[in-house]
Amino acid sequence: MDGRAPSMRIALTVNGRPVEAAIEPRELLLDFIRDRLGLTGAKRSCDVQVCGVCTVLLDGQAVSACCTLAYEARGREVTTIEGLAAGGHLHPLQEAFIAHAAVQCGFCTPGMILTAATLLQDVPAPTPEQVKAYLKGTLCRCTGYWKIIEAVVAAGRRTQEARE
Amino acid sequence: MLQPFEIHEPATVAEASRLLARHGDDATVYAGGTELIPVMRDGLAQYRHLVNIKTVPGLDAIAPAGEMLRIGALATHRMIERSPAIRAHAPVLAQVAAGVANLRVRNVGTLGGNLCFAEPHSDPAAVLIAQGATLVLARSDAERRVNADGFFVGIQQTVRMPDEVLVRVEVPARRPGAGAAYARFALHERPTAGVAAVVVLDGDAVTAARVTVGSVGPVPARVPEAEEALVGRRPDPEVLREAAGRAGGAVEVLEDLYGSVEYKRHIVTVLASHALDEAVARARGRGH
Repeated sequence: MDGRAPSMRIALTVNGRPVEAAIEPRELLLDFIRDRLGLTGAKRSCDVQVCGVCTVLLDGQAVSACCTLAYEARGREVTTIEGLAAGGHLHPLQEAFIAHAAVQCGFCTPGMILTAATLLQDVPAPTPEQVKAYLKGTLCRCTGYWKIIEAVVAAGRRTQEARE
Repeated sequence: MLQPFEIHEPATVAEASRLLARHGDDATVYAGGTELIPVMRDGLAQYRHLVNIKTVPGLDAIAPAGEMLRIGALATHRMIERSPAIRAHAPVLAQVAAGVANLRVRNVGTLGGNLCFAEPHSDPAAVLIAQGATLVLARSDAERRVNADGFFVGIQQTVRMPDEVLVRVEVPARRPGAGAAYARFALHERPTAGVAAVVVLDGDAVTAARVTVGSVGPVPARVPEAEEALVGRRPDPEVLREAAGRAGGAVEVLEDLYGSVEYKRHIVTVLASHALDEAVARARGRGH
């Protein structure tokens, strides 16, 4: 290597849409989605994977975009909070967060909702304890945790009722 | 911003090892990246070549093999937490994996990366040492086996050579009469202290015991003084308390931001007591 940053092409899917880009291997996924794709729902905050505001889903699994190389997303599907509402309809979690006033300043909300969405994939109607286990490490600075837990439990219950 | 680097994508462990040998100090193994990417971004370590071993097929396999479990080095904490084979044959490992950091770290972070990074404040190593696990390190032309007990030599230092790749961990499967438990205390993402206990009972007597303390010193380590207090004796409460006290008293402890030496010795004593109670109960067939 002669000091120039090497470049590589990646193809991935972001919120259901195909994306191709030339990236540097050192480029972080958070910078890629915020600065290049203009998707600013994921935030930079702690930068060390303890706070959860940079959470995105990679093939449906929650990851910290602040410490994930954009390279890791090649050939994979990235879901950000902007991609959760389908066909103009809010996701049941988004509706539940509104109905339960689970949003205060809103800074943590994208990470909370995306992480909870993976919980509902694994456990369709979770208990408060299961919600806490998944959301541990996703921090709300307003400390409005109870409303958040209630909203996730309610969304799970509603989704399961709709299925039955 | 990270300094520029190149990512290599070996197809085999041998190729990965050759890449590591060729680039020497300029290269390192890249697996989950949960430890590596932050230290590179913060300028605490710099490599111009990352050897991504995730492109080597099969290194994340988890499977029983005779009297043991083979856990591929690329198995994530989340895979270990949810693996039916681990839940059946080494449930304490699943329990420990479920407590690592948070969901995002568990989804990406690998057992091998955790062990090779050798951050003292970590859970899995202490349990693997107590269970008598073996680590398998591979080079381009040979494999060698290292007891988990002898793998860690200092803060973020192991016996792994720069061109070796940790390929799997072998853990003896649970057997009748043996009980394993882990107790930890954590105020943040990383544990302040953790104690693993494995107790083997024959009738009313302890025939073998391992007590391993992690997170409080430079390396996770067995405490022979605590183990000797158990072997050949009935695991009555006062015997277990004595062993726990020895664990807290004899283990090497360093003061750091997690607490003073005195505080950590106290926490270790309490955790050792919990872990030993649980290990004995499991050895007697109660709990798992």
